Formats: sequence, structure tokens, C-alpha cells
Amino acid sequence: MREQVLLQSKIAQGDFSRGGETSSNLKEALRKLGIKLTISRRVTIVTYEMEMNIIIHSLGGQITVYISSEQIRVVAEDLGPGIADVERALQPGYSTADDYVRALGFGAGMGLNNIKHYSDHFTIETEEGKGTTFTAIINF
Amino acid sequence: MNVTKLVETLGLDVVSGPFEREIAGVYVGDLLSNVMAKAERDNLWITIQGHQNVVAVASLTEVAAVIVVEDFELEEVAIERAQERQVNILRTPLTAYELVKKLINLGI
Repeated sequence: MREQVLLQSKIAQGDFSRGGETSSNLKEALRKLGIKLTISRRVTIVTYEMEMNIIIHSLGGQITVYISSEQIRVVAEDLGPGIADVERALQPGYSTADDYVRALGFGAGMGLNNIKHYSDHFTIETEEGKGTTFTAIINF
Repeated sequence: MNVTKLVETLGLDVVSGPFEREIAGVYVGDLLSNVMAKAERDNLWITIQGHQNVVAVASLTEVAAVIVVEDFELEEVAIERAQERQVNILRTPLTAYELVKKLINLGI
């Protein structure tokens, strides 16, 4: 099967009320396709983290999920502000989240680690003042 | 054990539900990334968080019920959403430790 778009969803900055919606819709779509639970779970975790990152840290963005016979590819693109120090952002426990966000149980600096851990391939392209694109691949 | 029986046995407040679910295992945590990664389907999830994103995480992980300990407050919008999505939310004045002791005694 050639790669095709399974889902595309716009996500607004600070929209906690819709946090998890994209991941829920994706999970349902994967269930309908009969995707194995172990794969679906990994894809859901990765997408949830990307979704919350857009809500918490970005000026807004979108998530597109592609599927082929070999893999699922999750791409999160945002409108900025970009990550100043990617290496630091990837350190477990490091986060730029404010106290309000932390009190909600986010911003503990585990999100990017989760994405890395649950995907087979993970890349970050970022430019300060521009935006960031996260791509995670989960192989079947 | 199922959720209804647990509510009766421990005298938990039902904030949303009870929706019929069997319980298998427990996860305790307040950091949502950890809960996403570690909580298993049919677990009881014990937390102090009571906001709407808890419902999203509970639904994604398919936990049997969320138990909010120490009578932490629940957002109205979280309760509405939990009812819509048929997510069990229970509450108790017990601390997480006191609750876990009781759950162990019940064989969960």
C-alpha cells in the first residue's frame, strides 16, 4: 500500500479543552483498520505527546498521520517559536513549561522522551523564530 | 472485581459513572506523560489531578476508573466530559497510600 494520509488535525495554542482529541480520533481510526493493539498504543502515546506539545509550547500547528503497508508516520508541524536548544529539550526532566502547566501534570520534561522511546525513528527539525517539525515513525 | 463492587466495598464517591468495567491492576501517578506510558488497560488510576485532560488520558489508556484521592477538586467540565465518554471517576478522602493498602487487601 502506498503511503496515504490517515488523519490531519489542526491544533490551537493553549487549547487544553481539546487536548487528546486528535489522539482519540486516531486511536479510533486505527481500531477500525484492525491495527494491532501494541502498535496502536505506541502511535497513540507518540501522537498524544506531540498534540500536547503543540498546545503547551507552540503558537499552534497541525498533526498529520500517514499510513502505508510498512509503517505509520506521525508529523507534527507548528508555527513557532522553535526550540532554542534541542539537545537540552531532549534531556529527561528538562522543560520550559510554566507553573500552571506543571500543576496540571504536564511539563515534567518526559514528553519528548516518550516520543523517542515509543517510536522506531524520531527526528526534530527546528528553527528559532520559525517553527518545529517532529516526525516519528512506528514500523509494523 | 468490577467497579461497582469496588465502590460499594470502599465507600467511594462516584463522580462519573459507575460504568461497568472489570478491574485489573493499579497505576499511581500525577504526571500525565508517565500515566500515558505506564497505565494499562483496566487499571485503576490513582491521582490527585481533577482537570479535563485526566479524562482524555483515562480514555486513551482505557483504564477501568480514575480514583481522585485526598478529595481533590474536580473541574465541572471534567465531570461532564467523563460522563460523555463513559469514563469512571471516583473520589475518596484517603491518601494514595491508604487507598493502595486497601486495594492490596482486596487482592487488586
